[in-house]
This record gives sequence, structure tokens and C-alpha cells, in this order.
Amino acid sequence: MDNIPENSLITRGGENSRVITSLGGTEKAKAKRLKRSFRQIRAESAFKRTLIITALIVLIVVIGIMLTLTVQSTLSMKTLGFKFLWGKVWDPVRLIFGAYPFLVGTLFTSFLALIISIPFSFSVAIFLGEYYPRGWFSDTLKNVIELIAAIPSVIYGFWGLFVLVPIVRNFEAKVGATPIGLGILSSSIILAIMIIPYAASMGREMIRMVPSPLKEAAYAMGATRWEVIRSVILPYTKSGLFAGLLLSLGRALGETMAVTMVIGNTSIIPKNIFSMGNTMASVIANEFTEAANPVYLSALIELGLVLFLVTVVINMIGKRIIKRFANV
Amino acid sequence: MKFKNLKLQNLLIAGSLAFIFGMIGCNGGGSGTPGGSDSTSTAGSSSDQEILGAGSSFDNPLFSKMFSQYDQQNGVKVNYQSIGSGAGIQQLISHTVDFGASDAPMNPKQDSSAGAAVLNIPITCGAVVVSYNLPDIKDTLMFTPSVLADIFLGNIKQWDDPKIAAINKGVKLPSIPIVVAHRSDGSGTSAIFTSYLSKVSDEWKTKVGTGTSVNWPTGVGGKGNEGVAGVVKQTPGGIGYNELAYALQNKMQYGKMQNKSGNYIVPTIASTSSSANVQLPADGKVWITDTDAPDGYPISGFSWVLVYKEQKYGSHTQAKATNMLKLIEWMIHDGQQYGADLSYAPLPDAAVTVGDNLLKSVTFDGKPILQ
Repeated sequence: MDNIPENSLITRGGENSRVITSLGGTEKAKAKRLKRSFRQIRAESAFKRTLIITALIVLIVVIGIMLTLTVQSTLSMKTLGFKFLWGKVWDPVRLIFGAYPFLVGTLFTSFLALIISIPFSFSVAIFLGEYYPRGWFSDTLKNVIELIAAIPSVIYGFWGLFVLVPIVRNFEAKVGATPIGLGILSSSIILAIMIIPYAASMGREMIRMVPSPLKEAAYAMGATRWEVIRSVILPYTKSGLFAGLLLSLGRALGETMAVTMVIGNTSIIPKNIFSMGNTMASVIANEFTEAANPVYLSALIELGLVLFLVTVVINMIGKRIIKRFANV
Repeated sequence: MKFKNLKLQNLLIAGSLAFIFGMIGCNGGGSGTPGGSDSTSTAGSSSDQEILGAGSSFDNPLFSKMFSQYDQQNGVKVNYQSIGSGAGIQQLISHTVDFGASDAPMNPKQDSSAGAAVLNIPITCGAVVVSYNLPDIKDTLMFTPSVLADIFLGNIKQWDDPKIAAINKGVKLPSIPIVVAHRSDGSGTSAIFTSYLSKVSDEWKTKVGTGTSVNWPTGVGGKGNEGVAGVVKQTPGGIGYNELAYALQNKMQYGKMQNKSGNYIVPTIASTSSSANVQLPADGKVWITDTDAPDGYPISGFSWVLVYKEQKYGSHTQAKATNMLKLIEWMIHDGQQYGADLSYAPLPDAAVTVGDNLLKSVTFDGKPILQ
């Protein structure tokens, strides 16, 4: 609708040009040029409209998901109220639903995974961004890191179950914990591996974008490589590095399959890294197909809504922090 | 010129919209009926030759075999989606499928949300075995109902507990902790297992109850049969429960269960079938766990096919309803022969009779369909 004035302008132009054509040779060429530019303008605005429509569709889909989750979970909100968030018992038989253990489980595994992954992703980023940006070894490393993101998560789950869990079990036996192997630690390690590429790739790009005059100035003043990284590169790129971490965290929060296979799926509040637990995403994946009672189904959907909101809140906090970093 | 250019503009927009919606449409179609597109292109009546079903994943291997055989013999295609019992019931109630399949009979709440009477027709039986991992023990362990309940309640924590030793005399039980494994996903296997424990243990009944998912008092959850088997196989001292078919195919170690008559029964296809050979109620809805049959394995259960009693609803035609009933009739008679190879226990005669009577009671517009 907002294009009407534009259109009318163009038509007026078009009529004018037709009047002009009758005037003479040079005018004719001018009119032809004009005609072409009108067509370009139209193609231009059509393209713009397409862009707006596609953007709107994406927006509508996200809002639609949020609305669906809210509407479908009203039943459980009505029956359970705010106890849903703080309740510690999840009993589908008696229709008591408390999401607290899963909320803790989700945040615990995700943040632990983030902490485990930071040394690796930052080292890789600095190595590829600053020390060896080119060459066959860094190319291979770069591709391998990107491959990590491409492996389907169910494969991580299998690998975790058959390789990582026995290793963790031996470790648990040595430190005196109950040797089961499944649990928070195993799932955090799996998650840490899965999220390395996000922070690493973003960090590498950021580090390569540091203007070389800055680095050269530091070198000229006699700084060592480590000093350049510490006092020039890291401060310059910290908002980018943080954005990479945020991306990783988002991935970890929502990961379902691999976690479900190694976390032990127990509805208790995890006490330490060796304890078992459950995450919101795995509870939904586990119980959705057989949830026969309407309240049960609604409670699972509300769990989805909570997960959605947790992701949104963490993203918002993250954006704030990035902004503050960037302003410094 | 004005006209021409406007058309170009509209064409671009229309094109992009068509592209986007086309993609959405494709996705929607993909999850629906793969066979549907080629049957609609031919005569209208051929859609009556295609039946949609959804539900139990336990039934899926058997159904795949049965349906491909039936298609070869009768030219009726069945599109079965193995999405889980609960979801199958939902799909039946929302009229998106012609029949559902479930490892648990429909509960009163589901019956009331169905709007009309739904029949539960027994289609096959399965057993749930107690699998364990004790590498040094060659003998088959024996379990009594109370010991099994105590293990899964977390009351018995060590393998060399006197209660276990008392029923397994002569077996040198190791002094290692018991690691209980259970299903983390909602499943009919869990429903059969918890229904059994509720019957034999009051403590279980009051503390935990029966369901496809329950609040387990102890243990770790594995996703699917393979998840539970994974925990049991990898953890010395592990104990869990699996479908008989899965345990047989994966050569797992599993125990004998004491049944109501006091006999210790090895879970086999034969002992599962005998457990189902009891007096059945006319509506077919029965948990056969803790069976009265003296040679029956106590942790077993039926799986059911669910259909509406009155077939005239939505766009259902009589021809389609007839085709579907003939299919189900074939499944409970001739179709049973395909079960044994896949480790499903064939239906005992009592259950077939109940199924036949239920099928005869199905009507279209008030008139019975099968004679």
C-alpha cells in the first residue's frame, strides 16, 4: 500500500516520456534511458517487497510458535499455577508436574559445558586467527572444527554412550563416586565438544579482523606475541568472543538427543557433577509421544515454553553484555 | 506500459509467494501419506484401498510384515506410522487415522474425549523380561514378585542381599551394588512392567503406580529398549527390563519370574501365549500381568488395535470401513503366523474369539459391516 505514491509518480513519468518522444532524436534516446530506469525502479521495489514478505514470514513463524506454546499450555498453567516452576516432583501418574529439576539440569549441563569448552574454543580461535592463519595444517584444523558442527547429534549420543560413559565410569570409580558413568559430567563433556565450533569459528573471524596497524604498533613498541594477544587482540575482540560463547550456550541449552542418551534421565535435582539428571529438552523428547492425559501433554508443552523463555532471557542478557563490551 | 510493468511486479511477488508456500506445502505433504499422492491420481474409489494407522512402536515390526503380506494378497495398502501408543490414540480421536494401535487399553479419560465408543481389539501379545548383567554368574537367576518390586523400589541395594540369596540357593551372588535401569521415554513396555509391579506390591501401587511414564523411585533412565539394554550391558550389576523380542535378538541375560501359581517361568513365546489364555472380558480390555495361568509368564500384555464402533464419521466410506475390518480380521487369524519369526507371541484362542465378536459389533450407519 505504501508504494502507491511511488507508482503514481512513475506513471506520470511514463506519460511524460511519451509526450517527449514526439519532440526529436536526442530526446528519443533520453526517453529510452528513462524508460529503462523506470523498469529498474519497479524491479527494485518488487525485490524490496519480496524481502519484506520473507522477513515477515520468519517473524510470524517465531511469534506463531510462541503463541502456540502459550495457548497449548494454558490448561497446565491453570491446573498447576506457578508451582510448575518450583515443584520438585514430576509424577505423570498422579499428574504432579514440577519443572524445577529439569530447569536446574538444563542450566547446569549447559554452563558446565560452556566452561569446559572455553579453553579449547579460545585456543583454537587464537591459533587459527593469529598464529597460523594459513597453511595445510591450519586448513585441516579449520575444516575439522567445522565438521564437528556438521555431525548429527545422535552420533554424539552413540559415541558418548559407548566410549565416553565407560571412561567417565572408570574415573568415577577412582574418585569414589557411584560408578555409573551416565549423568551430568558425561553430558556436559559431550555438549562441550558439540559447541566448540561455534565459539571457535566466530572467535577466529573476530581475531583476523583486528586491524594490523594496531598489532604492528604494539610489535613496534617491543611487545611479545603473548603481550599483543593479551593487550591488543583480546580487548579488541571481546564482544565478538562473547557473542560466540552466547551462540554456543544457545546450542547447548536446546540440545536434545545426545544429552538424552547419556544424562541418565532421572527426575532429581542434580547435586554434583557425578549425579544424574534430566533436561527440559530431553523430558519433552522422551515423554511427548506417550503423554495421553491432556494435563500431562499441556505440562510438557509448558516445559517447552519455559525452555523457549530461558533461551530468550539468556540471549537478552547476552546482548546487553555484548553492547557494553562494544561501547568500551 | 503501466499495465505491463505492474504485471511484471505482481508476477515477481506472486512467484516468490508461490515458491514459499510451495515449500511449506511440500513439508506438510511429506509428513502425511507418501502413498496418497499416487492413489488419488487414479479413480476415487482407490482411496478406499488405502488405510491409515498410527500408534504403538512395539507393534511396528509385526505390522510391517503383516501389511506387506496383506497388500500382496489383497491389494489393500496400509500406511502405519509408528509414533507411540499415546500419540496413536490422539490421532484416532482427531480422525486423522482410520485405526490406532496401543500397548495399553484406552483409559476412561481417553474414552470420554473420543466422543464415541472405541473398540479395543487384541492383536498380539508381548512379554517384558527382567534383564541383568552379572558376568560371573552362569545360572539363570530367579526372581519373586516381592524381590523384583523391592529392587525397583530401591529397598534392595546389593546383589548379595539375603532376600535374593534365599531364592537363588547355590548361586554365588557378588557383593556389588544393583544399578536399576528403566525406560526414560514413555512406552507400553513400562506400562506392562509397572502394571505388574502395582499388582504384586502394595508399596509400589501407592508410591509409584502404573503408567507409560512414572516417577521412578530409583535408577537411571535409558531411551528406548536399546537405551535400557545399553545401561544393563555396560554396567556390571545392572538390572533392567526389556521387550522379550529385543532381549532374544540381542542375546541378553534374563531371569525367571515366579508367577501366581508359584512356578518359576522362563519368558518364551509359548509361556507368553499361555499367560494370555485366560478368561477375557468381552471388551478385550484387560491387563494379563500376574496371570492366573499356571504355565504363563507373569509380565506380559496384549497390544490392541483401536477403531471406532460406528464407522460413519467424517469422510469415511462404507467400502473403506469394510476393507479395514477385513484387514483386522485377517490380522487376528491368518496374520498371526508372521509373529513367531519376529518373536511376537500369537494370540490364544480366547483372545481371537473376543476379537471376532468385537469386529462383528462394528457398524456403519447403525448396520453391522461384517456378517
